Amino acid sequence: MAREDVLVTADWAEENLDTPGVVFVEVDEDTSAYDSGHIKGAVKIDWKDDLQDPVRRDFVNQEQFSQLLSERGIANDDTVVLYGGNNNWFAAYAYWYFKLYGHESVKLLDGGRKKWELDARDVTTETVKREATSYEAKPLDWDLRAKRDEVEAAIGVKNLIDVRSPDEYAGRLLAPAHLPQEQSQRAGHIPTALSVPWSKAANEDGTFKSEAELRELYVTEAGLDEGKSTIAYCRIGERSSHTWFALRELLGYEDVKNYDGSWTEYGSLVGVPIALGDEPGTK
Amino acid sequence: MSDSCAAPDQDLALPASVDLAKETVLSGTVVNEEGELVQGAYVRLLDGTGEFTAEVVTGEGGQFRFFAAPGKWTLRALSRYGDATGEIEAARGVNETRLAVSRLGDTP
Repeated sequence: MAREDVLVTADWAEENLDTPGVVFVEVDEDTSAYDSGHIKGAVKIDWKDDLQDPVRRDFVNQEQFSQLLSERGIANDDTVVLYGGNNNWFAAYAYWYFKLYGHESVKLLDGGRKKWELDARDVTTETVKREATSYEAKPLDWDLRAKRDEVEAAIGVKNLIDVRSPDEYAGRLLAPAHLPQEQSQRAGHIPTALSVPWSKAANEDGTFKSEAELRELYVTEAGLDEGKSTIAYCRIGERSSHTWFALRELLGYEDVKNYDGSWTEYGSLVGVPIALGDEPGTK
Repeated sequence: MSDSCAAPDQDLALPASVDLAKETVLSGTVVNEEGELVQGAYVRLLDGTGEFTAEVVTGEGGQFRFFAAPGKWTLRALSRYGDATGEIEAARGVNETRLAVSRLGDTP
């Protein structure tokens, strides 16, 4: 897969704002960002209200995803261009959903909202209304999603990539440094997981590094075994979607899964092994 | 307490649940060359080895805030007015910093 098949540049986006069949979608946790100004014509998806099941601790199912995209006016044959804040974490997370539910043509805007803002490109507060569609999502593709038992079985067998910050990996912090640290689940990482913080895959302006730089990062520096399957995780599965994108979509590794249960689930399981400190640890 | 990895609103007052006897808070404001508060600046927290730790976006008051640990940290601000870098030796409690962004960045 080539970079241009999965990423569009801000210049490309600006030239294709009115192209029929191209739908821009802003994905954020904080939709006040969208409301304060968004790319012209873009519809919004709320990370929590739209993408999580309101009752069960799980994300939206095939029917819910179909309904959401129908309401947003997205058709099965549209090219969807996703972008968002937080260096595209949420956009990458939504990209993973679009792939999970079999959407044919979906791309990320390289650099997301950040690059767009740093470039001082135009945003608008105009209300966007698209005609509803009858979107039909495909059944969930389990080749892209890892569950807890599979993750535990992968210890010492598959590549496990922990994409949280080094202090979260080592167990010195329980959450990212912009959040209060009062959570109570166990700290540490899944034994044998390699530490490659998601941020290493991105440039300062939020764009993805080149494929050559990414391969150097994961294979040469971190020691990812290219002959093995890979599972990426973080705290709740957003930052790891970003790394999943880098590994599967940019570097083209075939068997890469995102473990969306991530550390909030694993670090609360009874009886599973945990490693502390900066080293991966052993099985 | 947010259950996501995203940054909370940076303009809000410090939550009452935050215990300053235990927490190390790195906070401050981003200003441009005219001394005006910069909204929408991206502030990145780098650890003592220069490794990225977290990033927030400033709100209307140009404010940012991180919850970290005592020690040496680097703050890096990116904005449409330019960039800035600041070094900080943090202790428990609140550590205030002002970052002045400019097109010259950190070149002398």
